[in-house]
Amino acid sequence: MIINGVAIDATFAEAFPMKATRAIITAQNEKWAMISAQAMTGFATSVIACGCEAGIERVLEPSETPDGRPGVSIMIFAMGGKSLAKQLETRAGQCVLTSPTSALFAGIDGGTRIALGKNLRYFGDGFQVAKLIDGKRYWRIPVMDGEFLAEATTGQVDAVGGGNFLVLAESQPQALAACEAAIEEMRKIPNVIMPFPGGVVRSGSKVGSKYAALGASTNDAFCPTLKGMTKTDLSPEIESVMEIVIDGLTKEDIDKAMRVGIQAVCDLGATNGIKRISAGNYGGKLGPFHFHLQEIMA
Amino acid sequence: MSALTFTLKHQPDQRVDMSPLVCQKLAEMQPAEIAALTLQNGKRKIRVDELFDITGSDAQNIVIKNSFGKLDFIGKELDGGRITVEGDAGAYLGLGMKSGEIEVSGDVGIYAACEMKKGKLIINGNAGDFLGAALPGNKMGMKGGTILVRGNVGERAGDHMRRGNILIEGNAGDYCGSRMTAGTIAVMGQTGKHLGFAMRRGTLLLWNQPQASARFNDCGAHTLAFLPILFASFKKLNSAFANNSAAFSRVQRYAGDMSEMGRGEILVKIS
Repeated sequence: MIINGVAIDATFAEAFPMKATRAIITAQNEKWAMISAQAMTGFATSVIACGCEAGIERVLEPSETPDGRPGVSIMIFAMGGKSLAKQLETRAGQCVLTSPTSALFAGIDGGTRIALGKNLRYFGDGFQVAKLIDGKRYWRIPVMDGEFLAEATTGQVDAVGGGNFLVLAESQPQALAACEAAIEEMRKIPNVIMPFPGGVVRSGSKVGSKYAALGASTNDAFCPTLKGMTKTDLSPEIESVMEIVIDGLTKEDIDKAMRVGIQAVCDLGATNGIKRISAGNYGGKLGPFHFHLQEIMA
Repeated sequence: MSALTFTLKHQPDQRVDMSPLVCQKLAEMQPAEIAALTLQNGKRKIRVDELFDITGSDAQNIVIKNSFGKLDFIGKELDGGRITVEGDAGAYLGLGMKSGEIEVSGDVGIYAACEMKKGKLIINGNAGDFLGAALPGNKMGMKGGTILVRGNVGERAGDHMRRGNILIEGNAGDYCGSRMTAGTIAVMGQTGKHLGFAMRRGTLLLWNQPQASARFNDCGAHTLAFLPILFASFKKLNSAFANNSAAFSRVQRYAGDMSEMGRGEILVKIS
């Protein structure tokens, strides 16, 4: 399959089951909601070493938030429910509770309930106040700038992590420009995050390493500087490869995000140095969710 | 199906215990069985059809017409369905109600919604003393649900209240929120003496400055983030509380009762 001169490989991205949750951070203005959201989703690019994958889903208008203030929706993904709950609690406690004027609300009403403000309340040292409004429990925790308002729980749901595609280009600037265009479109899709810096990862990995202590190492088949010394997957004109990783609430959400992302890359086309779109998989051994590139773009 | 309607034929001299006439108890009964039920009337029992004309059959929607202030225990432990009272209601309206909705067009007596657990109670007139309170000797008053009073309420509203909302468009009598454990009482009108007496936790939300009390300490003026959410929850009510102009988030906060646990609060609107 070739779209605008860009070859779409007959391969698939391989993804695996995760647990996910969503929270809504509001603040006095969008600037401070975003600062808090960025702190909460920081150092959360990959479960390999961060414990979770997190990202900003989108900015919310005041009319979309529970307290009528500007807000940001964030999502966190982890391999299990326990680790997700732990990550949510520590991040909420250190990054949102501490952030001026912030408030924290559930972003998923159904699912298994996990603690959001439920345990942070103890920071109130006995001065905290619970309010049950319309069946939802909120904690008012006195802090130095006034009160931190946090909903007691949010929902945890089954999700999919590790959807991806690779952008193969003739130069590094062209690969990055294509990924930026893809991310801009993918951020419009609900229920997905792209957890890597700016949504783009330049250090795609393969499973295993020559070093016993490492579970993952550089994906040498796609490293352009190794074209002459490893079993490369790159043709001679490819000078740079970048990857976009997607976590989503459902397979369909990731399908949509991949479609608009790949389309945005293909819109730049071969004339802008984009040669191929490929994907990372492990022969179907890693996860049950397979995203066939040509099916998605059909 | 039309509403199961009880129209009072005459006003008896003695008080009537209406507790058998709730939705869940009448759900499976035939009209003849309902007519043959007996109600305690003073020290004697009378048949339902001796006191009421009965029409309709939908036991989930009960209407009591020509009601007056001696019909006690209307909607006692109501568990689903709706009771509409046209006229006044006596004491213990909605005592311990578990779910459902009761609406009274007139005034109600003492202990309305006492020990209420869930559901909605709307009183279009005035309410007597001990609205949403605990029965004498008990420690737990209203535990959930919403009470809306369009008129005034008597003394000790929310006595021993534990959870839920009491919304009063008019004035509240003395000792409003006394011995409250938690929950919210909102009063648009004036409040009486000894507001929040022995209050442990909970919120008294006021539109007008109450009489000063040595038992509450001024914590200053604040903009509280939970208030917009609280007001948003009132939007579905047909009430002055649902008006956009009623909502505010800037309040003067008083903490107390300092002679008790002192974790309660009086929030007074700052105009």
